[in-house]
Amino acid sequence: MGEGQPGDRERPINMTDRTMTDPNPKATDPKTADSTRFLSHLDLDQPDKTFLDSNELVINMGPQHPATHGVLRVILKLDGEQVLGTECVIGYLHRGVEKIAENRTYTMFNPYVDRMDYVAAVSNGLGYCEAVEKLLNIEAPPRAKYIRVILTELNRLASHQLWLGTHALDIGAMTPLFYTFRDREEILKIFEKYCGARLTTHAFRIGGCQYETYEGFERDVIKFLDFVPPKIDEYEELLTTNRIWLERTKGVGVISKADAIALGVTGPVLRASGVKWDLRKAQPYAAYSDFDFEIPIGANGDTYDRYTVRMEEMRQSLRIIRQAVGKIPEGPIMAKVPKVMKPPVGEVYHSIEAPKGELGYFIVSDGSTQPYRVRVRPPSFVNLQALEIMVRGALVADVIAVIGTLDIVLGEVDR
Amino acid sequence: MVGKLKGQYGSGIREANSYLDQNCMVVEPSIVSELLQILRDREQFDYCVDITAVHYPEREKQFDLIWILYSFARNERIRVKTMIADGESVPSAVPVWATANWLEREVFDMFGIRFDGHPDLKRILLPDGWKGHPLRKDYGIIQQDQEWVKANLGIESGQ
Repeated sequence: MGEGQPGDRERPINMTDRTMTDPNPKATDPKTADSTRFLSHLDLDQPDKTFLDSNELVINMGPQHPATHGVLRVILKLDGEQVLGTECVIGYLHRGVEKIAENRTYTMFNPYVDRMDYVAAVSNGLGYCEAVEKLLNIEAPPRAKYIRVILTELNRLASHQLWLGTHALDIGAMTPLFYTFRDREEILKIFEKYCGARLTTHAFRIGGCQYETYEGFERDVIKFLDFVPPKIDEYEELLTTNRIWLERTKGVGVISKADAIALGVTGPVLRASGVKWDLRKAQPYAAYSDFDFEIPIGANGDTYDRYTVRMEEMRQSLRIIRQAVGKIPEGPIMAKVPKVMKPPVGEVYHSIEAPKGELGYFIVSDGSTQPYRVRVRPPSFVNLQALEIMVRGALVADVIAVIGTLDIVLGEVDR
Repeated sequence: MVGKLKGQYGSGIREANSYLDQNCMVVEPSIVSELLQILRDREQFDYCVDITAVHYPEREKQFDLIWILYSFARNERIRVKTMIADGESVPSAVPVWATANWLEREVFDMFGIRFDGHPDLKRILLPDGWKGHPLRKDYGIIQQDQEWVKANLGIESGQ
């Protein structure tokens, strides 16, 4: 297939070529930064000149590897334990979601989006429904917006809990997995009671919500809000000052502010690098402008900072839910939506802050009942691209920590 | 901003519109590379959100190529759109935003649009030997590369 530029081929990855003393060279100014240095090209056809007298080794991590959180294959070029370069091979879970969308009506495509980021299905649904609503020029009623916020934030919490459990497990801490799954169960119970499904919820419809809250919904949510903060403290107790955790995460997978912006990284990974940017604040959607919450940021952009940012995000989510559940407005949950949806000709881009970063939908309508084109801007896909710069020069074990900290879901990477 | 750019490029910027409060600029392919650079350097659009394409088989210039940009400083989005014919290539945006690397590879994979100067333009989601570009409108929803499926999976059909 595509050939790289001739110059790149002649630049094999070896010890002298890569800056081993400074594995993550910082860009001082994104505007002058030479972005081609982010690129990795493993020259797999020809061994280096030093091949025979070095420990250089090319191995596959994945696609069937428990620490890659799905079917991600990372080709690692190693010198002993040190990573000289990586290349991600993705697409094993490609289902052609964007193609399917072109052959379904707007309503029919709604459940498909849940299958992309399957640990945060509610966020996917919210983004899609809001994008189509924008295209149709309708707005969900306030009550629906509040229900959406509550469920989306619960889902963010569930997603972060799953991330924490699996990330800690990858690094070698087993207990957090059991703790987080135990507590995540309570969220899934609320989802199940609300819409009958636990993971791929299909909770929202274009124009609002399909279901009215069940009897005792507020009580269940408040019960959960009282139940979970001590549990989050418990996770922190296990990890935050744990010496092994600190050794494995501090200074690992560092990405600077400038690099993060140049690579289009979003979500907690961007915030941990010190960029105070959250779409819920920057361009509020649903009912987020009604609530007070903080955007936690980190300073060093390492794995530990991403951990603290996500832990704080969980608490902020609880804060939002508490404000929302106390004042769910009365009224209808569904806007006036035509039975046959035919949005006017035009295109729209709408994005939300999913647990993993900016999740965007770019929808082109040709005035028919089916979208002409649906493009999903997946946060995991874009964030995964930063893996290369984060692990170059690090150790194999750090690759696992960094894949964990990026919080990717392969269903969304491959779509 | 558009006025300023229009002064510089004249008819290179064909149209600037705002639909549903979203700004879009339709430009000639020849000025794209320079324009993207200027948007980043002078207008602070430092974050490239997405690069994508839309296929219109009945048009002479079959593809809409779209860059979605965001500026942290201005908290503003803009879409830059250009139209190109089948087989035409556009300059790669990788030197401007590193994130364009995978995004352009995906556009190439799904539409077959080539980006000049891309450091490693190869398929990203589909297997390397696959034939066809699935998001083109003339590619059927259950269509597949039979040869590839037979050779690599050892079955008649993946359906």
